Amino acid sequence: MDLDIVDLSRLQFAITALYHFLFVPLTIGLAVIVAIMETVYVMTGRTIWRDMTKFWGVLFGINFAMGVATGVVMEFQFGMNWSYYSHYVGDIFGAPLAIEGLMAFFLEATFVGLFFFGWDRMTKLQHLAATWLVAIGSNFSALWILIANGWMQNPVGAAFNPQTMRMEVNDFFAVLTNPVAQAKFVHTVSAGYTVASIFVLGISAWYLLKGRHVALAKRSMTVAASFGLAASLSVVVLGDESGYLSSEHQKMKLAAIEAMWETEPAPAAFTAVGIPDSAARETHYAVHIPWVMGLIGTRSLNTEIPGINDLVLGAQDRITSGIKAYDALQTIRSFKKPADVPADVVTTFEDHGANLGYALLLMRYTDDPRKATSAQIEQAAADTVPPVGPLFWSFRIMVALGMFFIALTATFFVLSARHKLDAYPWLLKLAVLAIPLPWIAAECGWIVAELGRQPWIIEGVLPTAMAVSNLGAGTVLFTIAVFVAIYTVMFGIEMVLMRKAILKGPVEESEPHLSAYTQKLVDAYSGK
Amino acid sequence: MILHELLGYDVLRVIWWLLLGVLLVCFAVTDGFDLGAAALLRATGKTDVERRVVINTIGPIWEGNQVWLILGGGAIFAAWPQLYAISFSGFYMAMFAALVCLILRPVAFKFRSKREGAAWRNRWDWVLCLCGWGPALVFGVAMGNVLLGVPFRLADDMRIYYDGSFFALFSPFAVLCGLVSVSMLLMHGAAWLVFKTEGAVQARATRWGLIAAVLTTLLYATAGVWLAKLSGYALTEAMTTTGPSNPLLKSAALGQGAWMANYAKQPLLWIVPALGVAMPLLAALGMKLRREWLGLLSSGLAIAGIVLSVGVSMFPFILPSSVNPQFSLMVWDASSSHLTLFIMLVCAIIFLPLILAYTSWVYSIMRGKVSPDEIAQGKGHAY
Repeated sequence: MDLDIVDLSRLQFAITALYHFLFVPLTIGLAVIVAIMETVYVMTGRTIWRDMTKFWGVLFGINFAMGVATGVVMEFQFGMNWSYYSHYVGDIFGAPLAIEGLMAFFLEATFVGLFFFGWDRMTKLQHLAATWLVAIGSNFSALWILIANGWMQNPVGAAFNPQTMRMEVNDFFAVLTNPVAQAKFVHTVSAGYTVASIFVLGISAWYLLKGRHVALAKRSMTVAASFGLAASLSVVVLGDESGYLSSEHQKMKLAAIEAMWETEPAPAAFTAVGIPDSAARETHYAVHIPWVMGLIGTRSLNTEIPGINDLVLGAQDRITSGIKAYDALQTIRSFKKPADVPADVVTTFEDHGANLGYALLLMRYTDDPRKATSAQIEQAAADTVPPVGPLFWSFRIMVALGMFFIALTATFFVLSARHKLDAYPWLLKLAVLAIPLPWIAAECGWIVAELGRQPWIIEGVLPTAMAVSNLGAGTVLFTIAVFVAIYTVMFGIEMVLMRKAILKGPVEESEPHLSAYTQKLVDAYSGK
Repeated sequence: MILHELLGYDVLRVIWWLLLGVLLVCFAVTDGFDLGAAALLRATGKTDVERRVVINTIGPIWEGNQVWLILGGGAIFAAWPQLYAISFSGFYMAMFAALVCLILRPVAFKFRSKREGAAWRNRWDWVLCLCGWGPALVFGVAMGNVLLGVPFRLADDMRIYYDGSFFALFSPFAVLCGLVSVSMLLMHGAAWLVFKTEGAVQARATRWGLIAAVLTTLLYATAGVWLAKLSGYALTEAMTTTGPSNPLLKSAALGQGAWMANYAKQPLLWIVPALGVAMPLLAALGMKLRREWLGLLSSGLAIAGIVLSVGVSMFPFILPSSVNPQFSLMVWDASSSHLTLFIMLVCAIIFLPLILAYTSWVYSIMRGKVSPDEIAQGKGHAY
């Protein structure tokens, strides 16, 4: 396999992002769960709720450190590996990242210290405030990063400036209220709550099975089941696909998820299972469920969902239009002063500028899109179809798991209401086994969203292949290897520590507790 | 939106140039003592309890401090996209080295005391130590290279090409800048430990702090004299300050001693490097006399002087190109659009005071010395 710099840069980003996204959803959700527990403690004054807060707080802390560590990498990588991207869209994309720092990271990172260190130094209410600020901060950070990500999927409120050769913002409010970003935020935050709920549910179930910390585990389960039920309902009902009709490529993503090659009359059928074949452009052994696709994709019965083949034809037209824009752009840039540019060239660029990115798709095949052959144009149009198979399956795994989470949390919700949480050991075992599943669903969701965006890094604006830094393949291969090595070791350690903390369990009646080893060190220090 | 027209494009560019300086100084001053204290971990803490004292002086606050770096990265991305693109991709391996340290640091903090056993803890202490030295050196070397000029080219479509290599970064002048950065952060870390500890740890920190402070003054002064003799960069014709952000439209050239031109034009600016020379000595005095506040404050001012002097010397250059000075990024041609700069300024005006307010509140909650007894009794400390 010939790995070029584009593939390697994508691989590195995918590895580091998927890895980062192991920790983020748990941080987002567990912060809120811990804050809820502490709220109950402050309201009722019952120390068991404080013990719960502290216990889940320890697990939160281990996870948070990993999220911070892997998060810095994400922010630096845009500049390191995607320098043309950073130049091309930094004017819009950089702003939400900076605001994320100002509004969210400072909040969570500053108050997380107080959460752990401040128990004896603050009043109960002050500490509770600190805990909630951590939770709010982590949720705000999801908001801003998804505004940034939503803009990559649906680049609103910006236009290309020929003078600076980049996209520049013209309507920041449109960037903020981007429908794709809003759908993503609700969906992703709900996913985080689901991850954390299943995590708390599973570990508590394990304690019940072992008969340890029963009172604490039951209360934790009640919180997790009710919070988790609301979250998993929200994550499924308010799915991310609600924004998919807002733009051309989102439609392509939707069609690819469905392996829907031809446009069907509304409301379209849902392909429950099947084997998509990208070469033949058909889906073998497909099992259809009438109407469902139209309902999921459009929330209506009479909106048509375009199929892949039609969308490819549309892309071909846009490439042809984009070539005109590219030609006009070269003319514009050959003049030193903008005022000297002939009016008809300016008009051509204004008419076709929106399709400039489509001309750039040809850069894979020719240095000058104006000289592209019709075969190359057809090829570039065909490239706008993302990998159908992986999208089709990732989506189905995610949805099936989502349904399962609703069932699981609903079951425990009912059991909790009837005070029968420990009545059915097989259900508790199921809850323990379910612990890793929300992560699988979350990672599948990431794959659907980001792989579905290909071949674009910014939909319709900049192809992924053009966005990379001019680095040597060996250099990037080296950094991938080191990242993988460090991350693997860290993941192992994290698992060991989590397991240790869970085996040790909550410290009830939290008296200052000295282990034998610490006692030895204290004695050595005081000269005994 | 027309509101942003209230502030001229050139004014906004200067404001964001200043804010970039503020963010870098905030990072170097706050996370600086975290890095410095971590670098001095093994030198100032000899027993496990002492090391935990050192770690717990920064334990509750380093996470917030590190956000200054993340915010700095985000702000450069948003306000100076080309600076972000060129410096991060150009210094790829150096950035990567710093990143590895920044990944390992939180992990080391968190994991070190989670298990008992001398070998485990000793290993993480080495990691923490390395994570203090590494970024201090890398950031200093990077600054040195910025002053020397960075070998990048811009194509017609603004694609970036970098002609240098990782090892080429370590030229003698850049290494000297790296050493300035290391000694400055060691001084700051020591001043912090003098401020936050007592007894044996404090005594050792004082000793290290004195050495580092004197070294900082000497190395910084040497670098300054060297800089005056270096080829700096200068514009060869006046450029518009409100034009589009396109670095290809101006003309610039190398100039002997050009980095001194601003001081000749505006002698008041000498205050900035003067802080860098004098304040370390005052910090040393403060540590020696156990005027703990004086030590920490002067050490912080020294860092501010040293970091800002880089910007002051180069203005209006931000990132000179050694391949072709014409490609250099200037305050006037490497910023975001007028509207973005304005929106980001509004956000900064709203949030920076809030951040400073709640950060101060957290510091005041965590005020006071970290004592070995507290650590030994496991009270209120997590690491």
